[in-house]
Amino acid sequence: MKPYLFAAIGASFFATSLAVHAADVPAVLQSKCASCHALTKPESNSLDRLWERKGPDLHYAGNKFNKEWLVEWLQDPAKIRPAGEFYRKHVKPGTKEDVVDESSLAPHPKLARKDAEAAANALMTLTDPDGLIEKGAFKDQKVAMSMGAMYFNKLRGCAACHSAVPGKGGLSGPEMATAGKRLQPDFIYSYIKDPQKIDKGVWMPKLDISDADLQKLTSYIVQLSAKEDKK
Amino acid sequence: MNSRNSISFSWLTSIGLISLLAFMEPAAAASDDSFEHAERLYDTYCTQCHGVNRDGNGVNSVFMSVQPRDHSDAKGMGDIPNSEIIDVIKKGGLAANKSVLMPAWGGVFSDEEVNQLAAYLRHVCKCGSDQ
Repeated sequence: MKPYLFAAIGASFFATSLAVHAADVPAVLQSKCASCHALTKPESNSLDRLWERKGPDLHYAGNKFNKEWLVEWLQDPAKIRPAGEFYRKHVKPGTKEDVVDESSLAPHPKLARKDAEAAANALMTLTDPDGLIEKGAFKDQKVAMSMGAMYFNKLRGCAACHSAVPGKGGLSGPEMATAGKRLQPDFIYSYIKDPQKIDKGVWMPKLDISDADLQKLTSYIVQLSAKEDKK
Repeated sequence: MNSRNSISFSWLTSIGLISLLAFMEPAAAASDDSFEHAERLYDTYCTQCHGVNRDGNGVNSVFMSVQPRDHSDAKGMGDIPNSEIIDVIKKGGLAANKSVLMPAWGGVFSDEEVNQLAAYLRHVCKCGSDQ
């Protein structure tokens, strides 16, 4: 077969699979999730969209979440983002520091086990076709928690926006205490490396962090949830 | 001056004042409009630490070891040259021997947006030579 024929068949297969990916979002997600979450890659990355969206994008959920966690969380959704999504719409001036306006936060709907399992299964099919998440990037080398904490709190300042311990730390970003159970390590690694590549416009900066430091931070965050489990 | 002339004079004065105010309003509004994008950027990215009131009391500031800069402080902000403000927004606090907790936003904002934000900060603090 001629090379160009290979290329043509390959391109048409690629186009078809992409079209199916965009059009064929499982029905359970359309009914349960679509009103607040983007299930396909959004066309616009404007600031307006960031302000209007009600929940994080889920079009790469299959490369982001751990399925077991999804099943449990969807039945009993504990708050992950202390100031909601998007934080600016839920904070107000307090006596001294700004405070979270709890009355403006709507709890995430609870699903019955059967629906949670169906939704989790469906979410895991929403994978990232653009290579946003570097598969195999995390080398699973353990870091001493004291060293990890030093990077997280002092050297990289992650704690300014994220809490590693419940009730202590920044509020504008998702809590990290359960992130190891919630998220795939390669997603954590890739998101720290370049949050703007995965979630364009998000209020987390892209820092210049070496691979060695990304490994340490990812390992620390993964281990945090194991620490939480022991409590 | 008779009473008729006096009434005409006060009418003229009033009309003059109204005209002046009408002239001034759009000018002030136009000046604020020029900060519209920078204000949106500030609200999106900066208020988490620097606060809704731009006073350094953002929702994250409670647990921070270094208080974020109060951008409404004319004295504190007035002492910082524009070049340093631009450097810190782009490269983070460490670029000016300040806190690591101020991250580098150069990977998020374009150079033009950084310049707009720097100008907006002068507008907020009502200070500095470039306000």
